[in-house]
Amino acid sequence: MASPDDLTGPAAPLYEKRKGVYPKKVDGPFRRFKWAIMGITLAIYYGTPWIRWDRGPYAPDQAVLVDLANRRFYMFQIEIWPHEFYYVAGLLIMAGIGLFLVTSAVGRAWCGYACPQTVWTDLFQHVDRLVDGDRNAQVRLANGPWTFEKTSKRTIKYLIYLTIAFWTGGAWIMYFADAPTLTADFWTGQAAPIAYGTVAVLTATTFILGGFMREQVCIYMCPWPRIQTAMMDEKSLLVTYKDWRGEPRGSVKKAQAHPGAFGDCIDCNQCVAVCPTGIDIREGPQIGCITCALCIDACDDVMGQIGRPRGLIDYCTLDDAAVEKAGGIGKPVRKTLFRLRTLAYFGVWCAIGAAMLFSLGQRTRLDLAVQHERSPLYVQLSDGHIRNNYTLKLRNMETRPRRVAVTVDGLSGAALWTEAGSRETAKQRIEIALAPDSVTRVRLFVAAPGDGPARQDFTIATRGLDGDPRGDSDIIQFDRPEAGQ
Amino acid sequence: MADRKRIDEATGTSTVGHEWDGIEELDTPMPRWWLWTFYASIVWAAGYVVLYPAWPMLNSATQGVLGWSSRGDLEREMQAHAERRAPITNAIAATALTDLPAKPELMQAAVQGGAAAFRVHCVQCHGAGGAGVKKLYPSLTDDDWLWGGDLASIEYTIAHGIRNPDHKATRVSQMPAFGRDGILDAGQIADVVSHVRVISGQEKPSAAAARGAVLFQANCAVCHGATGAGDRTVGAPKLTDAVWLYGGDRDSLTATIAQPRNGVMPRWAHRLDPVTVKMLATYVYSLGGGEKAAPPVASNEGQGADGQP
Repeated sequence: MASPDDLTGPAAPLYEKRKGVYPKKVDGPFRRFKWAIMGITLAIYYGTPWIRWDRGPYAPDQAVLVDLANRRFYMFQIEIWPHEFYYVAGLLIMAGIGLFLVTSAVGRAWCGYACPQTVWTDLFQHVDRLVDGDRNAQVRLANGPWTFEKTSKRTIKYLIYLTIAFWTGGAWIMYFADAPTLTADFWTGQAAPIAYGTVAVLTATTFILGGFMREQVCIYMCPWPRIQTAMMDEKSLLVTYKDWRGEPRGSVKKAQAHPGAFGDCIDCNQCVAVCPTGIDIREGPQIGCITCALCIDACDDVMGQIGRPRGLIDYCTLDDAAVEKAGGIGKPVRKTLFRLRTLAYFGVWCAIGAAMLFSLGQRTRLDLAVQHERSPLYVQLSDGHIRNNYTLKLRNMETRPRRVAVTVDGLSGAALWTEAGSRETAKQRIEIALAPDSVTRVRLFVAAPGDGPARQDFTIATRGLDGDPRGDSDIIQFDRPEAGQ
Repeated sequence: MADRKRIDEATGTSTVGHEWDGIEELDTPMPRWWLWTFYASIVWAAGYVVLYPAWPMLNSATQGVLGWSSRGDLEREMQAHAERRAPITNAIAATALTDLPAKPELMQAAVQGGAAAFRVHCVQCHGAGGAGVKKLYPSLTDDDWLWGGDLASIEYTIAHGIRNPDHKATRVSQMPAFGRDGILDAGQIADVVSHVRVISGQEKPSAAAARGAVLFQANCAVCHGATGAGDRTVGAPKLTDAVWLYGGDRDSLTATIAQPRNGVMPRWAHRLDPVTVKMLATYVYSLGGGEKAAPPVASNEGQGADGQP
């Protein structure tokens, strides 16, 4: 019998060493588009917590704030309480469907342009070029011995990495507390330990994932490329090397010597040199391609220099590729983008958004939850009436103090009072003052005549007394002793 | 057995010499790190025996030079907890009981503290939430009080208890056993029961009730009042309302008149500290039947014969 060692095969190494990727500088429409996206996304990430938004004296004035300690989520004029978390769920669903939409229309555009991993990797690669020089200089430096120059350049580069990483981690915590206060506390050592811990963890992950892991995250770690391949179809735009036009490859000189024998690709390797994930797009669609389109810029540049038409590498659908291969002309981009599937995704996306906006506009900011005290269920009063006790939780979700009325319906002869009052002062309707943006707990005593069913449902309702009469109600049980008791 | 020791070919290790159906045991030497851990454990154990309670003796175990005990641990934790609570407890102690309702935060703390103490000391009889037990222990949630439902009266009742024979200041009153002691015969008791059921609105007036009314004035009115309104200074219940501690039906009333229960409640002043008694009073007061204190009067009229509120 073979020993277990024999089953693993002779010399296959368990791990593969990372091949260095040193993307070359490139310019073009897609590169400029990436610059713009990078600027916008980084500005949103770093800047949002510093936007102020006046909500009056009873609520924070930070436009976007996830207040975990007080369990509130503020986003401009919208305030979300924990029990309204379904709005956040709705946003996540919209984000998901938005990704379906983008993927079915333009493939892995999220990966190529907007994913934080891509944006930060791009940023770090610019730092590489700034410190070490362009591709060739980077390769020379990486392969060269540890001279003083290499050491100092590496030190400077890693310091810049660390600064960016620290700034990234530092910006994250600003979403969870008042940014100016937290910044002051952070630098004076008075912030919560969790703040320092979060910054430390995010600094470390940014430093490692953006500075060193880079395309390995996309290729080995991220589930999204796998999911996306299931969502793309033959009508999705992909970065495509048009092999029917480019092959066989040959230099300009060879092509001049043998007219007609060679395709448009002159095998200059520029598309490989600029690729941030280090792949060769001419090998066809592959999981390593994040469709950042920098190879399109590089190839168009070369085609321009040698006087051949642009678009040897271009966004193209699988359908169009077949058509073009057969000599036809592909559909215009407009028709590719607007088709049943993308429109359906867009429709669902809009419907969820509209439903959420409608519901946000309709929601009342006064909520009532009633709990029936069960020990005892009912109390026999001396005048023959029966009293039941309830705990009311009145949620005033507006950032102002309010006065509300509490009434009952469907319980004849009912009289209400709270701990502050007494049976002598009991009324049909009581008024309660609610603190701004908080839950007020009130013990409500309800007395009703003793002759009635042993169990009876009735309604406890609350409504605003200060202009906004909308409110909430709850159906709850009133208990009396069973007959004969 | 031991002579069957042999060197195992595959491992090069000696066997221990035992063999069961061809299965042998290798005598693999223990790793050195294991031995060192074992020696370290022995040293550690020697130190432990000296420092901590270890050897069981006839009456107790050796104490250990550190003087540690789990009881002491608990004491320290309780001490720390009491210190944490001290500010609020002191504030409650420094505030007069009748002033507490005007301070909602302090009152709330007192009610919660009272609720905790109630669950330990009171629920055995009065039930969870003070609901009482039918025909045994009174409900504390209703608006019918034997001895008074304002804060001071409740506190006094808790502190001094009811019918504690060994305590002078206790709440005390005695309803005679009209049936057992032969004060009234069965027919007379039935008449009194009719009268009581008439004044409490459970029966229509009748000849029996009219006879009972005369007996009531002669035997019962001294405590329960001419109209049956009761008298809190002697803990005589109101007989005209719908709340009956021992039942308001004919059988129950007959039994009560024939042989009253004269229920007993322990006094708590010597078992609980004054703050806890105070907090218990606020909790019972908050259960729904709490009454505002009667306005102060010049004489002792508002108090019982022996100065009880």
